[in-house]
Amino acid sequence: MRIGVVTFPGSLDDGDAARAVRLAGGETVSLWHGDADLHGVDAVVLPGGFSYGDYLRCGAIARFAPVMQPLVGAARAGLPVLGICNGFQILCESHLLPGALIRNDHRTFLCRDQRLRVDSVATAWTSAYETGTEIVVPLKNGEGGYVADERTLDELEGEGRVVVRYLGGNPNGSHRDIAGITNARGNVVGLMPHPEHAVDTLTGPTTDGLGMFESVLGSRVAP
Amino acid sequence: MTVDTVKHAAETPEHPQPWAELGLRGEEYARIREILGRRPTSSELAMYSVMWSEHCSYKSSKIHLRRFGELAQQTPVGKLLAGMGENAGVVDVGQGYAVTFKVESHNHPSYVEPHQGAATGVGGIVRDILAMGARPVAVMDSLRFGPAAAPDTARVLPAVVAGIGAYGNCLGLPNIGGEVVFDPAYAGNPLVNALCVGVMRHEDLHLAHASGVGNLVVLYGARTGGDGIGGVSVLASETFGDEGPSKRPSVQVGDPFTEKLLIECTLALFAEGLVVGIQDLGGAGLSCATSELASAGEGGMHVVLDRVPLRDPTLAPEEILMSESQERMMAVVAPAAIDRVLEICARWDVDASVVGEVTDSGRLTIEWRGETVVDVPPRTVAHEGPVYERPYARPFWQDDLQAAGPSSLARPAHPDDLRATLLRMIASPNLCSRAWVTDQYDRYVLGNTVLAQPEDSGMIRVDEQTALGVALATDANGRYAKLDPYVGTQLALAEAHRNVAAVGALPLAVTNCLNFGSPEDPDVMWQFAEAVRGLADGCRALGLPVTGGNVSLYNQTAAAAVLPTPVVGVLGVLDDVTRRTPSGFRTPGQTIYLLGTTRDEFGGSEWAHVEHDHLGGRPPAVDLDAERALAEILVRGSRDRLVEAAHDVSDGGLAQALVESCLRYGIGARVAVPAGIDPFVFLFAESAARAVVAVPRSAEARFTDLCSARGYPYQEIGVVGDAAGTPVLEVREQFSVPLAELRVAFESTLPALFAPAAAP
Repeated sequence: MRIGVVTFPGSLDDGDAARAVRLAGGETVSLWHGDADLHGVDAVVLPGGFSYGDYLRCGAIARFAPVMQPLVGAARAGLPVLGICNGFQILCESHLLPGALIRNDHRTFLCRDQRLRVDSVATAWTSAYETGTEIVVPLKNGEGGYVADERTLDELEGEGRVVVRYLGGNPNGSHRDIAGITNARGNVVGLMPHPEHAVDTLTGPTTDGLGMFESVLGSRVAP
Repeated sequence: MTVDTVKHAAETPEHPQPWAELGLRGEEYARIREILGRRPTSSELAMYSVMWSEHCSYKSSKIHLRRFGELAQQTPVGKLLAGMGENAGVVDVGQGYAVTFKVESHNHPSYVEPHQGAATGVGGIVRDILAMGARPVAVMDSLRFGPAAAPDTARVLPAVVAGIGAYGNCLGLPNIGGEVVFDPAYAGNPLVNALCVGVMRHEDLHLAHASGVGNLVVLYGARTGGDGIGGVSVLASETFGDEGPSKRPSVQVGDPFTEKLLIECTLALFAEGLVVGIQDLGGAGLSCATSELASAGEGGMHVVLDRVPLRDPTLAPEEILMSESQERMMAVVAPAAIDRVLEICARWDVDASVVGEVTDSGRLTIEWRGETVVDVPPRTVAHEGPVYERPYARPFWQDDLQAAGPSSLARPAHPDDLRATLLRMIASPNLCSRAWVTDQYDRYVLGNTVLAQPEDSGMIRVDEQTALGVALATDANGRYAKLDPYVGTQLALAEAHRNVAAVGALPLAVTNCLNFGSPEDPDVMWQFAEAVRGLADGCRALGLPVTGGNVSLYNQTAAAAVLPTPVVGVLGVLDDVTRRTPSGFRTPGQTIYLLGTTRDEFGGSEWAHVEHDHLGGRPPAVDLDAERALAEILVRGSRDRLVEAAHDVSDGGLAQALVESCLRYGIGARVAVPAGIDPFVFLFAESAARAVVAVPRSAEARFTDLCSARGYPYQEIGVVGDAAGTPVLEVREQFSVPLAELRVAFESTLPALFAPAAAP
């Protein structure tokens, strides 16, 4: 299975995402922001970083990158897409996911090992977990506060589309402790924490993030 | 706008020029006239004034820094690939890899505009490393502020931290460590020192030469604007006074996104072998890059200033030459390679422009609107600036300071007093948790961070297949250095060396950033000379080269200089990062040893500072042979997997080290005060050459043999873990504190002082 990792100008965790895919047993394909072609990949990761510097709203310019054109269409047709941090922001700006990410309520960048609960395993990226599993993965952002109107939040909750939730204290003021969500179909997932930084205990706090990549690759089935 | 051309200058010898306002002395201006045989044009004057400033020319420090050049140009594992003369020295770390690292100050800009000052400090040091041909892989920063509770510290610190974070995080470089220190001496003159480390293959080493007549000079990166004009000479070489106009516009504004593109673009140029020579544009901007490249190469360069892409089209040629706009690089490339170079720049959306060519004229000539505005021998600008032998003398107050030792200070005697002292100490601004600061930095990006703060050293994996890695630590103790600059500097070296060894890495090389007051004050100059002598002698004793450094002078407000603050960085190598030794206790039942000798040493200690606001006496004794032996034990202990945790004992003494090792993973410890030593001295003395280690039972005999074979003192002082129930740190027959109580004391201080209130 070939998983594309998009590099925008200012992408930072593209190498880490590719490493995580490899460790989970997948093959990676580098996709370039200026190339409106997905090169036949079976899934796509939009990595963390500061696309185009994020001097406007985070992700607001990346949304218009040439690569996003085929990506949005393919995602609507069911292509598995994972947006991590800046990738999540881009997915919201692209309207593939509802809501928006705003500045952390404490107004500082925060990097810490974050406890999360996997609330939905009915997605392309979390099927290898069990519902309610607690995981620890790094969180690092300045604009990670998830916000949406009450109706959208109720809808997300009602349809089981909250994928991961913060435990042990809300780190950024996200509504309802939401750390990640999915679309109605379950193929597009966006989350602020970084599963690609939790794939090896040498360089990360745990290997809890590996399951996201194994889920889409089918290299680990749910127990 | 009239342009002051070379022709015009020759015709108007009496034309008055603002040399004094640009920071030049009368004799320096006279020397420029003598070199040129006429008065300089205003563009030439601009170039000389910035390049001959203290910051760029090292005119007061040069004669002392020669001591570093006299050290053997090799590390314990081989010859240096490039020495001090380059932007940063290059160290062979084995397996075909080389590492370059350097620390640089951005003190004055960070006081004037803390956010941008600190941010551009990171950007500048990253470009320095990039210019050596290396991929930057991590940053660290060493910060010093006024009193933690002072209102101005609340202005400066959060903005400095946010600036470092905003730049480094957006650039995608993990921040793996550093220091945060508070002292009244830094009020009005904070120290912001940024370190960057980069990795390359041996064959990728690039040096700052403009060679090959006919080769093209390419300026690429951000457009040149009006920011930072005169920043170097106006900000870095003058002391802050109470009067005078606002200097804010002199600080540069950073754009980390452009720098990220610049890095990727530059590495792509290197990868295809397109670059003959390269130089970053930092302090003194184009003046520095053109004169240094030309001076180090064939000796000639012709530049057409009209071709410099401008952000502000109204800039005069002098301003273009002096602008310190960030995120710019200058490369020398062969004419045949230019199309490919421009193509790669375009792919990364980086503006690039051919601004000149290498000549054999021996002159740096610069034209503007068809007329020559600069015609100088480049060496006289870049490498043959003035050199001063500033007078220096041991201050009259030094004896009194050393005589006023801490022996008369009241000490805690009762166990309850010791317990209360411990809790106050770990909550004090210099000893408390740095997490509020370091949590604002991304330590995970690039996926090679093996250790970061609060570990003794930062550690980066260099090769994913072989697990080769490097470790880095920076240390300084201005209080020790004030009491004795020679010993204090060696203590900083010793501590950084120990911190690198504690994680299991073999120390290889040293860099430094020497932050001092005005060199025109003989007291300060003596401190500086002693510090350099101490560091050179210390490096010789440890068998390490100094691979680079930076000097920051004029760190003072009115008559008061900062504490002499020689920041020392040590680089180490590990052939296998999976055997790193972290600082936290993990496994109950393991034996805790204290390595080294504890003496009644409290001069300059944190205890004297926190409990008595006292600074006097002598700093702890330094014994570099002992440091070397200790490092061998720690490195061998890691290699043979005899040690599961190791932690340097320094500021705050053993008590601080134990608290940190316990809190890391929430595992307690029970220790006992050995017979014959006072409990207070045991817990709080700051004797050097010591470390705490946790050793598995099965490895005890081999570990103690390791120490005995080197005649190194060790004491079994306790055991990891506790009997049952809630984890505690217990000092038998003295006191016991639950870790939860320690944690509150240790972690609350900085957030209480600096965290902004949550948005409504």
